[in-house]
Amino acid sequence: MSGVFSPTRAKIKERTLRTDKYWVQPAITFGVLFSFIIYATFRAFENKYYFAEPLISPFYSPCLSNSCIEGTSLLGQPFNNKYFGIGISPSLFILIFPLGFRMTCYYYRKAYYRAFWMSPPACAVAEPHEKYTGETKAPLILQNGHRWFFYAGLVFNVLLTIDAFLAFKNTEGQWGHMSVGTLVLLNNATLLWLYSMSCHTCRHTLGGRLKHFSKHPVRYKAWTIASKLNHQHQLFAWISLFGVAFADIYVRAVASGAWTNFYFF
Amino acid sequence: MARKLNLRIWRGDSTNGGLQDVVVEANEGEVVLDVIHRVQATQMGDLAVRWNCKAGKCGSCSMEINGKPRLACMTQVSAYGDEETITVTPLRAFPVIKDLVTDVSFNYKKAMEIPAYAPPAHLKPGEARMEQVDVERSQEFRKCIECFLCQNTCHVIRDHEENKKSFAGPRFFIRIAELDMHPLDILKNRKKTAQEEHGLGMCNITKCCTEVCPEHIRITDNAIIPMKERVVDEKYDPIRWLGSKIRKREGIV
Repeated sequence: MSGVFSPTRAKIKERTLRTDKYWVQPAITFGVLFSFIIYATFRAFENKYYFAEPLISPFYSPCLSNSCIEGTSLLGQPFNNKYFGIGISPSLFILIFPLGFRMTCYYYRKAYYRAFWMSPPACAVAEPHEKYTGETKAPLILQNGHRWFFYAGLVFNVLLTIDAFLAFKNTEGQWGHMSVGTLVLLNNATLLWLYSMSCHTCRHTLGGRLKHFSKHPVRYKAWTIASKLNHQHQLFAWISLFGVAFADIYVRAVASGAWTNFYFF
Repeated sequence: MARKLNLRIWRGDSTNGGLQDVVVEANEGEVVLDVIHRVQATQMGDLAVRWNCKAGKCGSCSMEINGKPRLACMTQVSAYGDEETITVTPLRAFPVIKDLVTDVSFNYKKAMEIPAYAPPAHLKPGEARMEQVDVERSQEFRKCIECFLCQNTCHVIRDHEENKKSFAGPRFFIRIAELDMHPLDILKNRKKTAQEEHGLGMCNITKCCTEVCPEHIRITDNAIIPMKERVVDEKYDPIRWLGSKIRKREGIV
């Protein structure tokens, strides 16, 4: 008998006496994240419908395999499409970075520790686990690598921003056009930048690690801005996730012929 | 306007106890502590409850109201429906002494384990000078009233008694952060000891401490995560470690 049922504590048989619907939030979090995982896994292995000139899905950009469609490999094609006789989707070479960034994100940690691992399911609701060592041992000690994924995520932000600007071309590759797809990719890139810039690691890197702000006025200003964004990190985490998913859904629908990419001009 | 309030109060000690129902009058504008006092005055003369300021500033009347860690003096009765029964129990992370009073000495022991502010040796009393911009981060943490609601709700110790030996808890992480961010504190190993002795790595960022803080201190975002990042600087970032060796920087500047 441990935790709230320990011998010295008040003898209360319920795991929690909360009367509000504390389970709703983790249930929604579970549903949304699980749906995203299923969809992202399907798309990562699908290996088609990821390019509709000039739009490329964020799940496949940059496309690094020699099986990639022409025009999608911003950084070349250093990988083969098969290793040891097994075909590998180009998405699998890159998804570890944005996935790792979100997996180790301080906000998502709260979300999935509560929703998936019930550690705890909600505040003042007893968790079901007998033992707990937190992030002190493998594999959870790897959460300390969040900043490496943050740096990698910045590279992807740059690449996806370039993709958004390339979407100002038309299907013949001529500049000066704009379609709904352009807005979708611009929206995706903007949300990803907001998510990254509001990140706790970003805030720390810009100035949080300093002891004397007064000696570093520029970094202090940057830290102040990052701190304001950081207040909305949870919001940016969610809407950027939806932004990525929607950008991929849109490109897939256009590439498969289900939707037509409407051009404004 | 007065109304009849259904109250369930946990009564007992460390050996036994249970919830007892009571109906008590509640007046408009009253807080839960007011009605507990009325119960004490009219129906349960020996009901034990710890309180002091009745203004949300002393942190004495911490308890759990409908399962949520709260200050009884800051919880309006009107926040609950007319037909709703309000259940009041002692803090469930600490040993109970009697009724609504718990033994929070765990926190005082942890407080003693944290090295005090360490100014440079050459500074005499009254000579310390700091710029406001350098101290304002730490000032947020000074709002702490030591109600220990954050300690109580933290599942690391609430749900795992055995972790109390190795885990200081959110209240003391903000104390460590306050000192580590202090412009004149010269103790260099606060990050190392936070991780290795006070159990910072056991925190999994579920933010319950922030949710229950009556002073609205952003414990997780402004203290625990920045401390975790500082620990990463020292322990898990080889590039920063190498940079500090090459440039002979003494940690944080």
